[in-house]
Amino acid sequence: MTAGSPPTRDPAPTAPPSTEGLQLRAITKRFGSLVANDRIDLDIRPGEIHCLLGENGAGKSTLMNVLYGMLSPDEGEITIDGRSRISRSPKEAMAAGIGMVHQHFMLVEVFTVAENLILGREEATGGVLNMRRARRIVRELSDRYRLAVDPDSLIEDLPVGVQQRVEILKALANDAKYLIFDEPTAVLTPQEIDELMEVMRSLRDEGRAIVFITHKLREVAAIADKITVIRRGKVVGVARPTDTEAHLAELMVGRAVSLRVDKEPPRLSAQPRLSIEGVSVANNAGALVVEDFDLSVSGGEIVCVAGVQGNGQTELAEALLGLIPISRGTVTLDGRTVTKHTPRRKIADGLGFVPEDRKHDGFVGSFSVAENLVLNRYDQPPYAKGPALDLAAIRGNAEERVSEFDIRTQSVDDPLTSLSGGNQQKVVLARELSRSLSALVASQPTRGVDVGAIEFLHRRLVQERNRGTAVLIVSTELDEVEALADRIAVMYRGRLVGIVSPDTSREVLGLMMAGVPTEEALAAVSTGTTEQDASATAEPGCG
Amino acid sequence: MSTSGPATRSPQRPSDHGREGGDLRFVESTVKRRQRLSTGALIGVVALVLLILLPSTTGAARFALSDAFDEVQLPTVQLPGVVTVAACAALLLGAAAGFLSGRMTGRLPALAGTVAGFSLVIGFLTWAAAGRDLPFPVSNQFSGTLSLATPLVFGALCGVLCERAGVVNVSIEGQFLASAFAAAVVGSVTKSIPAAMLAAVLAGVAMAALLALFSINYLVNQVVLGVVLNLLAVGVTGFLFDQLVQPASSQYNNAPVLMSLPIPLLSQIPFFGNVLFDQTILAYLAGVSVLVVWLVLFKTSWGLRVRSVGEHPEAADTVGISVRGVRWSAVLAGGVLAGLGGSFFTLASTGSFSKEFTVGNGFIALAALIMGRWHPGLAAIMALFFGFVTQMASQLQTLNTPMPSQFLLILPYVATIIAVAGLVGRVRAPAADGIPYEKS
Repeated sequence: MTAGSPPTRDPAPTAPPSTEGLQLRAITKRFGSLVANDRIDLDIRPGEIHCLLGENGAGKSTLMNVLYGMLSPDEGEITIDGRSRISRSPKEAMAAGIGMVHQHFMLVEVFTVAENLILGREEATGGVLNMRRARRIVRELSDRYRLAVDPDSLIEDLPVGVQQRVEILKALANDAKYLIFDEPTAVLTPQEIDELMEVMRSLRDEGRAIVFITHKLREVAAIADKITVIRRGKVVGVARPTDTEAHLAELMVGRAVSLRVDKEPPRLSAQPRLSIEGVSVANNAGALVVEDFDLSVSGGEIVCVAGVQGNGQTELAEALLGLIPISRGTVTLDGRTVTKHTPRRKIADGLGFVPEDRKHDGFVGSFSVAENLVLNRYDQPPYAKGPALDLAAIRGNAEERVSEFDIRTQSVDDPLTSLSGGNQQKVVLARELSRSLSALVASQPTRGVDVGAIEFLHRRLVQERNRGTAVLIVSTELDEVEALADRIAVMYRGRLVGIVSPDTSREVLGLMMAGVPTEEALAAVSTGTTEQDASATAEPGCG
Repeated sequence: MSTSGPATRSPQRPSDHGREGGDLRFVESTVKRRQRLSTGALIGVVALVLLILLPSTTGAARFALSDAFDEVQLPTVQLPGVVTVAACAALLLGAAAGFLSGRMTGRLPALAGTVAGFSLVIGFLTWAAAGRDLPFPVSNQFSGTLSLATPLVFGALCGVLCERAGVVNVSIEGQFLASAFAAAVVGSVTKSIPAAMLAAVLAGVAMAALLALFSINYLVNQVVLGVVLNLLAVGVTGFLFDQLVQPASSQYNNAPVLMSLPIPLLSQIPFFGNVLFDQTILAYLAGVSVLVVWLVLFKTSWGLRVRSVGEHPEAADTVGISVRGVRWSAVLAGGVLAGLGGSFFTLASTGSFSKEFTVGNGFIALAALIMGRWHPGLAAIMALFFGFVTQMASQLQTLNTPMPSQFLLILPYVATIIAVAGLVGRVRAPAADGIPYEKS
């Protein structure tokens, strides 16, 4: 579209040339040479749920941060209810009626719900806080919007879903007319997502405008009134909720994509290659975050550990490599007990590991691609000659891996931070897969990675399985779990809820992820209990 | 909605990385186990030391509850030397065994730690005082504690304000030094105590402003900055002292001295009156400040904002709070307290300043703040503890105990280690402490 053109794609025939609504015109935001937002136009109207669809790194969050006053645009204009205004701070944005539910909640963990809600707009007499009034405000809001929260709970004690309610209430306390939800579903169970969508619909029906940022096609189809797709900082099109997912995916990615991974049936090894027996892991506070966990993975299969973030999967994966100690239980690799081995020994034992947070644990950002590719073997031949590194061998290895894994980099000497998230993750996977493994443990292998890279990474993981490696994948993305798994192990509060086949319905998986035992979950869904009823039984007293 | 409402949904509650609460089970983590074992071992070693001292204990130890000038004379308590030392050693051994066994639950470890602390102090004092000509002056011990703790309390409170707002303050020592110097010079020139205190406060605030400017606006590493500010204070006061003050010390280094200010009636109470209500105005102010800082931090909207920018500055920013502004205000307020603490060194002793006059008290205040877990009340208690041990070391020197004086000077720090190991559990700093806030 041409810059600065009138909003031809969205004429509102019934409305008079009303000034109500929020318009972004030709918003441009650059970070150095990167153009995060390139002349973006957007029209947001009250009473609509407007989905902003785009891949990770497409520029959705940047745009919303501009709108919310966290970033200032380099060019462009914002009109709110007929008045041109660019917020220079969140305070100004709030005054203009904009509220935001952040992806990473903006809540002070050691404060109570009430304290968080009044922060920045405290009522005080002579400087002394009026907490009684604060509690009353929380109760009123929570009754009015039927978002149950206890004003005196500490945020850190609340489950993520409830924390999100507080975040929503915070925006509503300000009577925000324009509500931005930034990737709100990432941390929720399927049932919680349904609840959130109900909340969003009722807020829309009250006449508020909802901006829903996501990269999940399924959610867009379920709730959007209007869809704007962003790719590489540009608006690439608008779509209707009735458009097919394939069409949306193509708009979002820029080419036809197939998120199905072609797999042959697994050819299992006779003996399990990785077995976890009665493993318990305690965190620093001494809480058992993994308890009596049993799972064995044969060579040639992919087992996915599914669950909502924070149910012990991260700790399980880290304990398997030996980053945190295992308090009880045994881990065996090809029949040998390796429970107490250090990470270094485990690597030598034939365990590959893809950490959940690649920036933090997966690579050294300022090191080159070539160096990162040998981080686990730099001290062994052929990469080391005595105490010295064999730079030629390291380079040679890097050239091979770069072409094998289609790593997009100018040179193998570039620092890893100069690569995109997807290519960084390819480097990590290339390093782990470039030797023969007994088992591979991969935590969130495609988090924050663009769709093109996801396809590639998934194919490689399946290829590794076909080579006869036992592959254990921890993922909170149900799409990924369904695409990859030969078996799904659901984890809840550190325990194994059950192991099910990959064609199990999402409803059942959702219930299991909420701690409902396998049998009951299957029964609840198969006896025709509706989803609402099922979730209602799981949470008595709601509403 | 009542608290029994559907705020929490038991079956659907995702665990939150094993925070307490909910139905997670707990075991002893490796960190805790290591801490417990080392505490037990340390207490055990102390018990052995007392046992070794046992043969050299002779006669009885006398503790004087009043000094010669008190109107009401309280009796002098006499403890049998060998028996008391042996009993204290036994209690320490018991506590050590408790920690090592790992069978203690609930409040028991805290109790055992406290018992061990008291046994150590009493056992050690008894050994030192047994068979001496002079009794150990208990009321001196306590009033000396209060006076030594006064600047530490101010310093620790300064640190609480800064660090709750997310600015690590390692330069309390420098603030002390600058304000002690300012108090000496201005006090000498004006011959006025209020003027001297005001000058000290201004000096403390000026140092705080430097800390705030570079840490908040220029995002300098706060620990390095603190060290630099300390060196700056040493250099500037040393230079001015040599060039200006030393040559004319009667003119510039002769400030009036704070007299103790007995509170009518209360100061007449036997023992306690002498200890608590016959102090300088600064000591009373220190006590009041603890209460004020607590109230301000936890009951006012400014305090809420201070804590929010120290925990999650981005969250504060998104609700329209100026992170820089609030951090500046907290650091400057801390500067006022540090200035008062610094003035104590000059005004409550001889009225004169000498180079590097504050001898590490600022660092001890920092330790008190951390051991007091960033809480004004606990930090003040830790400051008192440091005061107590320092005073005890100097009292023992006058008793002629058969021990090298150097060893007595180590005592406060040994006691600190034991206290930290036994009494302080998990220490949790404000989440954004020391992290500059940078808007993207």
